Amino acid sequence: MSKHLFSDIPPFTPVDQVGVLDRISRVQSRSIKKSTKMNGLELVLTMIDLTTLEGQDTDNKVRQLCTKAQHLHEPYSELPNVAAICVYPSMVGIAKKALGNSGINVASVATAFPSGQSSLEVKLLDVKLALDNGADEIDMVISRGKFLQGEYNYVFDEIAAIKEACGKARLKVILETGEIGNLDSIRNASDIAIYAGADFIKTSTGKIGKAATLPITCVMLEAIRDYYHKTGTMIGMKPAGGISTSKLALQYLVLVNETLGEKWLNNKWFRFGASSLANDVLKQIVKQKTGNYQSADYFSID
Amino acid sequence: MAKEKKKGIFDYEAAPESTGHVQIKEKYDLFINNKWTKPHSNEYFETINPATEKHISNVARANEKDVDKAVKAARKAFPSWSKLPANERGKYLYRIARIIQEKSREFAVIETMDGGKPIRESRDIDIPLAAAHFFYHAGWADKLEYAFPGRKPKPLGVAGQIIPWNFPLLMAAWKLAPALACGNTVVLKPAETTSLTALKLAEVIQEAGLPDGVVNIITGEGTTGAALVDHPDINKIAFTGSTKVGKAIQRAIAGTNKKATLELGGKAANIVFEDAAINQAVEGIINGIYFNQGHVCCAGSRLFVQESVAEELLWKLKERMNNLIVGDPMDKNTDIGAINSKGQLKTINHYLELGQKEGLEMYQPACDLPKSGYWCKPTLFMNAAQSNQIVQEEIFGPVLAVQTFRTIEEVIQKANNTPFGLSAGVWTDKGSKIFNLTSKMRAGVVWANTYNKFDPTSPFGGYKESGFGREGGIHGLDAYLKFD
Repeated sequence: MSKHLFSDIPPFTPVDQVGVLDRISRVQSRSIKKSTKMNGLELVLTMIDLTTLEGQDTDNKVRQLCTKAQHLHEPYSELPNVAAICVYPSMVGIAKKALGNSGINVASVATAFPSGQSSLEVKLLDVKLALDNGADEIDMVISRGKFLQGEYNYVFDEIAAIKEACGKARLKVILETGEIGNLDSIRNASDIAIYAGADFIKTSTGKIGKAATLPITCVMLEAIRDYYHKTGTMIGMKPAGGISTSKLALQYLVLVNETLGEKWLNNKWFRFGASSLANDVLKQIVKQKTGNYQSADYFSID
Repeated sequence: MAKEKKKGIFDYEAAPESTGHVQIKEKYDLFINNKWTKPHSNEYFETINPATEKHISNVARANEKDVDKAVKAARKAFPSWSKLPANERGKYLYRIARIIQEKSREFAVIETMDGGKPIRESRDIDIPLAAAHFFYHAGWADKLEYAFPGRKPKPLGVAGQIIPWNFPLLMAAWKLAPALACGNTVVLKPAETTSLTALKLAEVIQEAGLPDGVVNIITGEGTTGAALVDHPDINKIAFTGSTKVGKAIQRAIAGTNKKATLELGGKAANIVFEDAAINQAVEGIINGIYFNQGHVCCAGSRLFVQESVAEELLWKLKERMNNLIVGDPMDKNTDIGAINSKGQLKTINHYLELGQKEGLEMYQPACDLPKSGYWCKPTLFMNAAQSNQIVQEEIFGPVLAVQTFRTIEEVIQKANNTPFGLSAGVWTDKGSKIFNLTSKMRAGVVWANTYNKFDPTSPFGGYKESGFGREGGIHGLDAYLKFD
């Protein structure tokens, strides 16, 4: 029995968890040292979507975060900036203004984030609000309830409709991998999102306990690779949540490098959704440059 | 084929494991009766690092007289060792296991220096598994009667053990641990290119305080091994190595009452069905054939791919091969290290030429090989058939022959169509297909949706020209015991 009633999505691709974990243990055993580490750390900085998605977000909180984005660590002002600020639609205008012509994008979550439990009309309005306020990128959530009910058509069509509404803004599709089941389902959801028009696929909202992991990201990167091989079209990847150390971030780069190749090793095609990663990366960069670790108090928190 | 590897923005800078803490003597004598003993011949041979061709140490060459001395020491130790309370024997084995763990870094570095395998493998696989074998068998020492209820197990006597160069310390552990747990005494001969970790193990055995003569380790080439096999006072020969030598051993012990277990060559079928998780199968194929430079008797060297997914599997396999790092085995990022010896490299190169001469399409990733040392790029031969010589003969190198198949009946027939029968692999998302296949595969070990996984609890051994007898698990104990 075919799981897909439409021909746009490739047939179900099985994933073997044991094999994925084997692959990841090889990735984690790569030893990233010296210049490779330094290049990697700077690359990580440029790939961060600095994020605040709280009920308690205020205009000033968002402005402060935007200041951090443009002044990551003043003693090393030559360091690159992060890729984007990620906020709720209501905060997009504030962020846009605060970031000015820094080159840093504003990404907005939309589509009844984080649960996605609303109608398509409301979701489209949510997207419109974000775009009207100037969002450069839209991070949507898929309807997990529909996905788990097996209504893949619905999920596909919804993504396609949001993609159309996005216009020039790049669309990241959040699968919320912690809610949709095992690696087989994650592969299936990745294929649906990609074939429905996602520019990026993203693991998580960061709003539930389970967030991005290397095995999950590996499976999603394989979906991207298969699609690229078939169509020549590149799709971006954004693991989000749970990535707070430099060491782990570098392992993600190794995984991308060895799965998709270095074409994907830039912030056009790979992002980290993270709030505390930046300071850890900065701490490591300072360590590489000076030979000493500095306490957390030497790195600004916004 | 001679493409230059282009520089990437995220190429991994060298991350060599430090070797400063390692202690290697300039010269190693024979380990007989718990003492370092000069060889009768007074001859020593050189052991080199196959990655640099540089001298590491000199090792004694044991002749017939030395073998006799070692066997006599083992025979003398046998009565008291076999009568020792079994839990005491267990204690010694636990002690050896723990000392190996304590010295694991030193063992890993020496294994890599002497044999050429990547430090990642010796550190993460060889050494931990060697310790695990001693731990596992330590537990059996005082429980043998439960392993064979109502059968009164007794040790055989003196075991002569000859081990190969592909997993030097691990094979020593596979051989020594069950023999000692069952109450036998041992004369062990490591392979001539990789004697050092076995000699280090002799130091561990001294440190563990084993009684004199229980374990004797003598070094030398094939003639030393032959002298051990021919010695009249040996009760059991355990050999891991080539089918050719295995046959010679069989002939030599014919008509004697020496028992034997032989773990010989292989040419394993690794079978990928169209419903398999292809991305993970690729990883398993890589582990199956490029692990330890393909110097693995159970290597998955014959790949069978269902024709409908052959194209997909091959581009993925090639892409994965492009990411393999070949070079300095001491570098923590190295995936494929040095070929163990000049002679083995010659053998592999012979098969590479042969494959091309037979008209097979060859693929090797672009990678720079070091100037000195013995190296072979990971290699793929496509469009192979059962009738190709490189499909029929064991190459013992990083060389994979790919064949396509159409149906399950066809692939079972072809997978079994070999004089060997050590191992096999099957990749499918369907459980029933796994059980169907595993029951029809004439191979000692069949892995499903994984490959080259080892554990001391699991018996290992072959069918047909891959030898007989099992090592590991309860079955492995059987090989070192006799019953009333």
